[in-house]
Amino acid sequence: MQMTLTINGQGHSVDAPAAALLVEVLRDDLGLTGTHIGCDTSQCGACNVLIDGAAVKACTMLAAQAQGARITTIEGLGTPEALHPMQQAFREAHGLQCGFCTPGMVMAGMEMVRKHGTKLTPELVTHELEGNLCRCTGYINIVKAIVAGAAAMESLGEAPHA
Amino acid sequence: MRDFALHRPTSVAAAAAAFSGAQGEAAFIAGGHTLIPAMKSRLRMPDALVDLSGLGLSGLAVDGNRLWIGAMTTHADVAAKASAIPGLACLAAGIGDAQVRNRGTIGGSLANNDPAADYPAAALALDAVIETDRGAHAADDFFQGMFSTALGDGEIITRVGFALPQQSSYAKFRHPASRYAMVGVYVARHASGWRVAVTGAGPGVFRWTDAEAALDAGRDTAGLVLAADDLNSDIHASADYRAHLCGVMLKQALATLA
Repeated sequence: MQMTLTINGQGHSVDAPAAALLVEVLRDDLGLTGTHIGCDTSQCGACNVLIDGAAVKACTMLAAQAQGARITTIEGLGTPEALHPMQQAFREAHGLQCGFCTPGMVMAGMEMVRKHGTKLTPELVTHELEGNLCRCTGYINIVKAIVAGAAAMESLGEAPHA
Repeated sequence: MRDFALHRPTSVAAAAAAFSGAQGEAAFIAGGHTLIPAMKSRLRMPDALVDLSGLGLSGLAVDGNRLWIGAMTTHADVAAKASAIPGLACLAAGIGDAQVRNRGTIGGSLANNDPAADYPAAALALDAVIETDRGAHAADDFFQGMFSTALGDGEIITRVGFALPQQSSYAKFRHPASRYAMVGVYVARHASGWRVAVTGAGPGVFRWTDAEAALDAGRDTAGLVLAADDLNSDIHASADYRAHLCGVMLKQALATLA
């Protein structure tokens, strides 16, 4: 079926099966491979994207259902030259090892700022990260990165991404 | 996932018509957080999918002595906006994880009636009315065992009305990996008496009538023991363990009434 998606501020026309998941269309049809597929069973959060600002698992949503919404993927947050403060914080806090879960972790951080503001505590971040799995860092630096990224968004006047 | 014909109607009547007019097996999709995983694993292979997201069924409103919640309201919205029943808001805030709560809906959860889902316990304890495009069901008659409800084929939940309690609270012991309730107990005090509902422990949600009677009589509930005979026993917990957890969760819920 023909569908129109608004991704990172740009309109895209895609011809994909009705059964196509949002993550499949992002990766396979549009080449936006920053959104990862970790488990494909709605548990790991590697496929997190923002739909009208709210984090959702792109492996558990039909692409056709995302029509009419603003979709933000990791590619739309910052650029390699000018990282988003949340991405920069992951780099500075070394909030990753293999990096596979990182796009979803960054989006989870964005969701926390949207819901709780920019002053996050490690306890809150730890609790709110329950929908994201990392199999190498042990989470310590991920939590540090999200706390620091949120604080940086405050000081840079970066409004929650909507 | 096997392909299907997707319908995206914009009214309840059009959704019902799309369902009844579909070729082969039809299914409704609400938030999709049970259905899509089930379709990926081919436990479900509908020929037609009718998306309920365009019907305008979201939102919360207090009307008289009930809090009405639209069937397509997400868990995140119930958590943020159900201030009229703090216990219910707290329950919604504990479903799945943040991303799941942004998509999963109350209507989808009730229609699915997973034996470990949270909302069925609230619906029973808060004497809910489940309104559909064909009428209304009392929660006491709605839940009919594992994944089974009073909904007819193609019947659409439109909204759910929870009786405003004097006090209520929900306590659950989560499975550490899936986050589903191994046991969840919702306790509600109404002017007409107490209602206590248990999820996760048995093949379907049920009322714990002995606990209700004890609370109504002002008796101590500490010594109450739920019979383990009809409870679930699996690799995660034995029936005896779940029976014990019911008492512990009842105690926790009573300690956090709001």
